[in-house]
Amino acid sequence: MDWFPLYNSIRIAAVSTVLVFFLGIFAAQVTAKAPRLAKGVLDVLLTLPLVLPPTVVGWLLLLVLGPRRPLGAWVQASFGLRLTMTWPSAIFAAVAVSFPLMYRTARGAFESFDQTLAQAGQTLGLSNTYIFWRVQMPVCRQGILAGTVLAFARALGEYGATSMVAGYTPGRTATVSTTVYQLWRTGQDALALRWVLVNLGISAAVLLAVNLLERKEGRA
Amino acid sequence: MKLTVQIEKRYGDFLLNMEFSAEGGASLALLGASGCGKSAALKCVAGINRPDRGRITLDGTVLFDSGANINLPPQRRRIGFLFQDYALFPNMTVEQNIAAALGRSDRRRRKEKTAELMALFRLEGLERLYPRQLSGGQRQRTALARILAVEPLALLLDEPFSALDSFLKRQLEQELREVLDRFPGPVVWVSHDWGEAYRNCPRVCVLEDGRSAPVREMENLMANPGTISAARLSGCENDVSVRPGPAPELVEIPVWGLLLRISAPWREGVRELGVRAACVRPAKPGDVNAFSCRVVQTVEDAFTVHTALCPEGAAPGAPLLWMELPKEDWAALPDRGRFWAAVCPEDLMLLE
Repeated sequence: MDWFPLYNSIRIAAVSTVLVFFLGIFAAQVTAKAPRLAKGVLDVLLTLPLVLPPTVVGWLLLLVLGPRRPLGAWVQASFGLRLTMTWPSAIFAAVAVSFPLMYRTARGAFESFDQTLAQAGQTLGLSNTYIFWRVQMPVCRQGILAGTVLAFARALGEYGATSMVAGYTPGRTATVSTTVYQLWRTGQDALALRWVLVNLGISAAVLLAVNLLERKEGRA
Repeated sequence: MKLTVQIEKRYGDFLLNMEFSAEGGASLALLGASGCGKSAALKCVAGINRPDRGRITLDGTVLFDSGANINLPPQRRRIGFLFQDYALFPNMTVEQNIAAALGRSDRRRRKEKTAELMALFRLEGLERLYPRQLSGGQRQRTALARILAVEPLALLLDEPFSALDSFLKRQLEQELREVLDRFPGPVVWVSHDWGEAYRNCPRVCVLEDGRSAPVREMENLMANPGTISAARLSGCENDVSVRPGPAPELVEIPVWGLLLRISAPWREGVRELGVRAACVRPAKPGDVNAFSCRVVQTVEDAFTVHTALCPEGAAPGAPLLWMELPKEDWAALPDRGRFWAAVCPEDLMLLE
């Protein structure tokens, strides 16, 4: 069995999870502090990819990244890089669909963070950066971790937008989910079943991890 | 060393308008009912909230001046803030909490200073414990050590004992008093408990609906509160409407049908007469300000008995007069259903 799809899925999910971790926390911090109206608008915009069909997200991504679109064409002309149909293209898709999960869990954690801790830190002369990374993040650790794991799982299982943006090229852009589709389409059910079992195993492990994190949080 | 505060801030319909000053060596109590803006005022002084208008200075340094557009961040005000629940960082041990406040000094110096503060606040042996593993007293000492680590010029205390039971409260109050006695700078102590304020602060500023009354001596507030709200905040149990009597030294209480002798002269604007329950005493007919009354209700406290009295000539629905007597004095009364009571003229407080 060729393990490339698993390796490719994991590297895409890993890179996009790192990106989503920082983007989600940044967005959560901004919205948690925004005035009420701006908060409502931002929240809708930032959560939208969670409820949009992945094909719509894929179509929107192609609108920006496509080789004949301004950004895609410019990157190609300036750096000789294709933004679509390569394995890193799938990162765009994974980031777009997993971002809302990170953002929403981080925001929930930040909103339940006791602001008097931050205020106490300020009166002790601690910088806001120190307070954020050394007090707020550790205190919100469980929620942030749960969000990260969920985002990783979502990125790992991403199919719709990925297949539109990165396509399916065996050994180059194939991921676990696009491989399952391809094997089913070409009637290789036995092989498809193996990948399905791999997928089930990974998903179950992730959900178990999230549950353990949440239970720990309940006790803390 | 002096802290002067004059600020205005609007929160929706609520207007905070405060003016007070505190000097080293004489803690100032900000005394007010809950929701009167005490904590909000402290947060403005510490720089956590920004007032709309006003000026705050500490030892000659301007911390905030809306006119000159000066607003120092809390980090640069050097004001220690003891929060209601102490606000210890839950993810750090006792030692790390204190060391965090010493962030800027080098590692060795920080270690020495932390050890020194831990010893001073009797926290040795607790270095590696987390705040949730500490008792209330240990938490308070950790919070104080952490605050004093940054060598603040002034201290703000926000209801430091609001959530404690009474035994612990007395003990922690004693400990806190010892710390404050050694602290040279101004101290502002927010409280809704007049007993706590009386025990700890020689000076007091009464707050009502976001507005501050002039700062005065605590003794003076107790003897002569002046306003109905100040009387209630200082623990006065009885207030009843009053008007001038037929002679300058007399006042009339229409709902009780009483004429009472006062020691202070009548003044314009007085609406009510305040009487502390502990100043009402059993008396004989013919004593000054003596009146006959009937007992409506008695409530036993640990060492005293609170009795609600209805003066003989009272109109139906008139407010009751509360009397507080030591238990043995109550037990010694020959008739505990109906007797004569009196209040000294000096103990009758005219309130606006």
